[in-house]
Amino acid sequence: MLYAILCYDDETKVRAWSAAQDAAVMEKLGAVQEKLERKNKLGPVARLVPTTAAVTLRKSGEAVVLDGPFAETKEQLLGFYVIEADSMNEVLEIAKELGAANPGVGAYEIRALKFFNGRGAPG
Amino acid sequence: MTQFGWIDTALVAARPQAMGALLRYFRDLDTAEEAFQNACLRALKTWPQSGPPRDAAAWLIMVGRNAGIDQVRKTARLTVLDDERAVSDLGDAEAAAAERLDGSQFRDDILRLLFICCHPQLPATQQIALALRIVCGLGVPQIAKAFLVSESAMEQRITRAKARVAKAEIPFEAPDAVERMERVGAVAAAIYLMFNEGYSAAAADSERRAPLAAEAIRLARLLLQIFSAEPELMGLTALLLLQHARLAARFDGEGAAVLLDDQDRTKWNGAMIAEGLALIDKSMRHRKPGPYQVQAAIAALHVQSASAAETDWAEIELLYRALERLQPSPVVTLNRAVAVWKVSGPEAALTLSDTLEGPLDGYFYFHGLRGALLSELGRTAEARAAYTRAISLAGSAAEAAHIRGQLDGLSAHAKAG
Repeated sequence: MLYAILCYDDETKVRAWSAAQDAAVMEKLGAVQEKLERKNKLGPVARLVPTTAAVTLRKSGEAVVLDGPFAETKEQLLGFYVIEADSMNEVLEIAKELGAANPGVGAYEIRALKFFNGRGAPG
Repeated sequence: MTQFGWIDTALVAARPQAMGALLRYFRDLDTAEEAFQNACLRALKTWPQSGPPRDAAAWLIMVGRNAGIDQVRKTARLTVLDDERAVSDLGDAEAAAAERLDGSQFRDDILRLLFICCHPQLPATQQIALALRIVCGLGVPQIAKAFLVSESAMEQRITRAKARVAKAEIPFEAPDAVERMERVGAVAAAIYLMFNEGYSAAAADSERRAPLAAEAIRLARLLLQIFSAEPELMGLTALLLLQHARLAARFDGEGAAVLLDDQDRTKWNGAMIAEGLALIDKSMRHRKPGPYQVQAAIAALHVQSASAAETDWAEIELLYRALERLQPSPVVTLNRAVAVWKVSGPEAALTLSDTLEGPLDGYFYFHGLRGALLSELGRTAEARAAYTRAISLAGSAAEAAHIRGQLDGLSAHAKAG
């Protein structure tokens, strides 16, 4: 059985970390990841760039692109894609295609990855 | 980090919002700062037992406000007001009230705080020092070290800056839309200056000055967070990130500057590049170009090419043209001359640089570039003269050493030929 662990935290706080503090946290997390990897239990791991660099595509109607992260609370996180693309416009085109395939009221939040360890499925 | 390192982090993170709100209450930087310090002391005493409050900034605002009122009352012998006494005891309900109170003003509070520190009437060095002290919360010794001056000199500089902004009588009402954008522009300019203070440092100083660049990026992200749809702020943040991403590759083991062409691209910081590229892409969707976006786009082209040889100089030349239109300056034209050199050869670049002789005659990079162009054209005597002039204008030993290397190459070449 595969599980996803989604990480939530206060971005203001993370922004207040010094480079050394950031590196220290990542090192500790890395040790946990290593342990899981040795047991063949770890799939891809990613760290996202801050939400200030996010855009959100609203699926409903005209497929509007908004600056910033997805901010509604009515909808729930149901899935995610990792896409290799040359530009944000390319990702938005892909997201629009996905939206057309599954029209509705939801949204796609587009976030660049600043760290990605793209292992295959564990096991 | 200490056992309670999370408290330090929470205090640093909450600082701009809390200081911004306290400044609105007390309308005076010193009182606000003192109130915030008192609130931090209370936090250090109570948070280890109580755990972090749900909203650290709201907590600090309430406690700081009460501490400040007590202080003002002591000095001015004001009578106690009942409603102020009512908020002196902190519970979650009050914290929630404080949050509601400040939520709507959050943006203008932080902007006002930033704007007061970066007030256009202050000289640039005072703007940067004040912002580092007040908004980022750096200590005077740390700031003095970054500016390579003594602590007492820095203390004086900050005191003078505070006195100056106190006299400037900045209005405390919510600014109108035009004024708001003027403030954003002034703050963005100061953030850019702060970054360059750190970025332009020589290797020997780069470690001491590194906090300047890091804090500038933090402030840029903060400003972008509160004005999240401003393409120029996306451009500014992207520009700083894309420049800073190259930090580790900018100096060699001996501390000599490594030119962009020769940098080890594997040493560039991929995380900063990813964020910078996402931001510049995002800004361009607005189709409202500005100087920061164009400069960021140029930086983006540099970091996106797999090697120096693959750099898209034709596109960079076009972007410098755009920058000349948006922000005409001889230095921008000089940068375009570099791109022209790569696209059309040294002759065309030299012709373009001829037009800059007047305004840039006292500029190191102008003569450095002329030397390189003349050398490539085989005009050795003129190249030597240009390089010699560049050395006399060098701002650091590393700059002079670099040109001396070019001069040596020139002599070797002349002998061989």
